[in-house]
Amino acid sequence: MKDFGHRKLILNSEEDTRKLGHEIAEALEPGDVVALIGDLGTGKTALTKYIAEGLGITGEINSPTFTIVKEYRSGRLPLYHFDVYRLGSGEELLDIGAEEMLEGNGVCVIEWADIVADVLPDDAFAVCLEYGENEGERIAEILE
Amino acid sequence: MKDGRFLTLGIETSCDETAASVVADGRFVMSNVISSQIDIHTAYGGVVPEIASRKHLERVNDVIGKALSDADVTAKDIDLIGVTYGPGLVGALLIGVAAAKAMAYACDIPLVGVNHMHGHIAANYLEHHELEPPFMALIVSGGHTEIVNVPAYNQCEKLGGTRDDAAGEAFDKIARVIGLGYPGGPKIDRAAKEGDPESIAFKRVYLEPGSLDFSFSGLKTQALNYLNQERQAGREIRVNDVAASFQEAVVEVIADKAVAAAGKYGQKQIVMAGGVASNTRLRALMEEKAGAKGITVLKPSPILCTDNGAMIASAAYYAYKTGEEPTLELDAVPGLEF
Repeated sequence: MKDFGHRKLILNSEEDTRKLGHEIAEALEPGDVVALIGDLGTGKTALTKYIAEGLGITGEINSPTFTIVKEYRSGRLPLYHFDVYRLGSGEELLDIGAEEMLEGNGVCVIEWADIVADVLPDDAFAVCLEYGENEGERIAEILE
Repeated sequence: MKDGRFLTLGIETSCDETAASVVADGRFVMSNVISSQIDIHTAYGGVVPEIASRKHLERVNDVIGKALSDADVTAKDIDLIGVTYGPGLVGALLIGVAAAKAMAYACDIPLVGVNHMHGHIAANYLEHHELEPPFMALIVSGGHTEIVNVPAYNQCEKLGGTRDDAAGEAFDKIARVIGLGYPGGPKIDRAAKEGDPESIAFKRVYLEPGSLDFSFSGLKTQALNYLNQERQAGREIRVNDVAASFQEAVVEVIADKAVAAAGKYGQKQIVMAGGVASNTRLRALMEEKAGAKGITVLKPSPILCTDNGAMIASAAYYAYKTGEEPTLELDAVPGLEF
């Protein structure tokens, strides 16, 4: 991952989320893991959509909650979009064969990454999302 | 073949259910065995992939054996095996696919892979023996919310789907937040019957004019905001009213779009499929809105709405009869599209 720096942003609109998603996408390199952390409704899937868009992926990106992971290959890099909401631990993530994806040449974006933090690489790029003070506002904190 | 009837064994292990069934002539259910893991998953608030896969492995042979004995047939009588090869959880799908391949090879029976979503649509052939394409299909479940045009057997043209959460997923998440538990769909349905659907004005999300896609993520956020506000104001959450209002906002949009799709393609019948097709409010609203336009709505009974082997057998039968080549090279495809 190219240098991004520690930042705290206020996202006031879909456009702000898109901008952040595209910026993250540009910085991504093969093997990167993006860990998204935040409650229900804070915009994890939305941010993933825009990361995907930034990678040049075409077609619908929707919630992978049902199958845990969906794979997209139409962009600059392969994208593995995880939603581990229903998992109990990192071990369960490895049980479904995620190791290959985590260590592969694509990029992994993981929603609810705090649940599986124990098996994620130390250099994962973490984005924490939370509700802002006003309705529709979200705060994104980027930890590196 | 038995008594001149073509027998298909259907095997389904894509998610919660280990299921197998014998179906005669693609239409008549001779047995339908479903071993559910819902009880196990309830403790975790959802499907746990590793547990799902291990339980499928423990149960699949018994379930197949029971499907044969319930139908009073043996493997020798089976003319075709159909198995779900996607979409679903990879570990779960692999168990069904491996069991089906082993049996097909050992007993020299042709095998075809079935798209789980085609199976849901085919559930209607089992319920409504006169039903033939063309028709419009509405598939609503934990993982899917899709409108599909079906011009002929085994042909599916997807016209719209969810851009974020599936309808059943939205129900699961909100049910969890308001303390109703898993599985969310039936719990919301039940609670909603005691609540007022107009008590909270959740905004309906129709997207661009003419779009047949869905988006439930914003609705989920609306509900979360509402719950937060109420809690912060120290007001008691009326769970039944939240369930009823939320459910209404979901099913109204689904019904409107399904009816619009049928109108646009000149279809006179809509078939419903998938777990959320059991939702009583959605069923009633579909009848009302489609009925007003002279469109018939067909729904499978709840047992055929859940994941089951019979629907897979029926879809396999029509795939085979319309020329699909049997194969032993089948692989699980978790992200299989229509």
